[in-house]
Amino acid sequence: MRTSFINQLLEEAQKNERIFLIIGDLGYHVVELFAEQLPERFLNAGIAEQNMAGVATGLAMTGYNVYIYSIGNFPTLRCLEQIRNDIAYHKANVKIVSVGAGYAYGSLGATHQATEEIGSLRVIPNMIVATPGDPVEARAISTFSASYDGPMYIRLGKAGEKVAHTEEKLTVLAGDILPVSMKEGTKKAVLACGNILAAAKEQIQSQKLPYDLYSVPFVKPINKEQLKTIVERYPEGLITIEEHQKSCGMGSAVVELISDMYATGELTVYPQIRRVAIPDEFASVVGTQMYLREYEGLKL
Amino acid sequence: MTTTEKIEKFAKAIRRAAVQLVYNTRSSHIGGALSQADILAVLYSGVLNCSPDRMNDPGRDRFIESKGHNCASYYAALALKGFMNYDDLLANYCKDGSEYFEHVSHKLPGVELSTGSLGHGFPVAAGMALGSKRNGQPFNVYCIIGDGEINEGSNWEAMMFAAQHKLDNLCVILDKNQMQAMGDTKDILCLDPMAEKIKAFQWNVCDIDGHNIQQLLDAFDSFKNCKDKPTFIVANTVKGKGVSYMEHNLKFHYSAPNDDEFKQAMEELR
Repeated sequence: MRTSFINQLLEEAQKNERIFLIIGDLGYHVVELFAEQLPERFLNAGIAEQNMAGVATGLAMTGYNVYIYSIGNFPTLRCLEQIRNDIAYHKANVKIVSVGAGYAYGSLGATHQATEEIGSLRVIPNMIVATPGDPVEARAISTFSASYDGPMYIRLGKAGEKVAHTEEKLTVLAGDILPVSMKEGTKKAVLACGNILAAAKEQIQSQKLPYDLYSVPFVKPINKEQLKTIVERYPEGLITIEEHQKSCGMGSAVVELISDMYATGELTVYPQIRRVAIPDEFASVVGTQMYLREYEGLKL
Repeated sequence: MTTTEKIEKFAKAIRRAAVQLVYNTRSSHIGGALSQADILAVLYSGVLNCSPDRMNDPGRDRFIESKGHNCASYYAALALKGFMNYDDLLANYCKDGSEYFEHVSHKLPGVELSTGSLGHGFPVAAGMALGSKRNGQPFNVYCIIGDGEINEGSNWEAMMFAAQHKLDNLCVILDKNQMQAMGDTKDILCLDPMAEKIKAFQWNVCDIDGHNIQQLLDAFDSFKNCKDKPTFIVANTVKGKGVSYMEHNLKFHYSAPNDDEFKQAMEELR
């Protein structure tokens, strides 16, 4: 997913000379091509994420669309106040790109597991939070971000994620909810967010579960009309699934939006919603991504 | 009147306005606002290539006040130079519903960056300086930081970064007034000898009296003439400078002058 994203970003940057990529001394075998082809718009800021976020803000204020790139918690939680005060408050044209969503670096331990950053970033005003679910979505979001002028968080997986969409190429707008697998007459829908999308699809297919599957590539914003249409279509309700803490993740965002629509009368039915997410704990054992998903109960 | 005398007069006007603002609203942080007044006066008397009619010019010099809590003297300088309306500032500073926040706000004309939480201005200034270098739009970036503020590690990250990338269009001015929120900096996290430390980071360093106009002018000349290194001006100052009872008095990090103290301050700043 990360390679799809960066390759697409390079393609965008070749057409758009405002794009600037800063890495936090990470990205081995991912960013080299960008660095070689566009050295004047590439920089390694070293292992200093607070400065990296501040520098990105300053650069953006001189006209660039700046991407800062590092692993999971480093370009997000480590410099959260720079993201809030410098990037978001000033609506600076900065894209925060993290790799290793959820348990992608599972065996490296809790320090490298990105399981709280969606929540930390989605509460910040002016931020878009994008969570591509497969390499096709990663490319589409890369293209979207290249022309979007404002703060945005892009949460990528690692490498080797399976493709969930049948389309080779997608176009997305902020807030879009994307259908992935549908069957006539299905009464329940699954909303999956991020790199657990393909696993959800596989489980539905292998166990012949009677669920339609949608991808939620943006936790913020979520298109209200699209969500309303989904709620009204499935009488047996929704299941949300994500590789993130249950608190403040995609499932929370969906519940909040549905609750607000119900309160204002925009929705006249309140669906049953089961949220599958990490149950407010750090994984206490070593494990691969697959093992830790199982261990934390992240399945339909 | 010589240039130095004109700047000294301007500095006094900044101090008077800052004290007036803080007195009117019973607000805080006048001590650090006064310690940086001479630095601001010099910057806004020809050093900074920016004027009210060029506030959005991409080629303007940038100034970042990283000590956001000391906005009273910064706003005063901007108002006295015509970036913002002086009467409006006086009437609305810290008032409900206005945009004259008690920490520096980018909502106001002439302000590049909102600050308040410490350690944010320096990295952003470095990014602006890098932007100038990379996109071929020559301008200088100036940033005032405090000696309490420099406790924050983000400053030292930016210190390494600016030297690494030879940002000779970046000038950081340390308002070294020797005090921070709970006492003297030497008793909390002593960073002396400051100039030697910064030199070791491969910066062009000027260690000066931050209330001496000529020394400030000379330091900015040194910055403009220096190639391949960013410049760091250690401006040795006195917190509360210009009002005798406020000088090196921690109380005026927090308190505004009372009626009698205000009268005395205005007398001393006449």
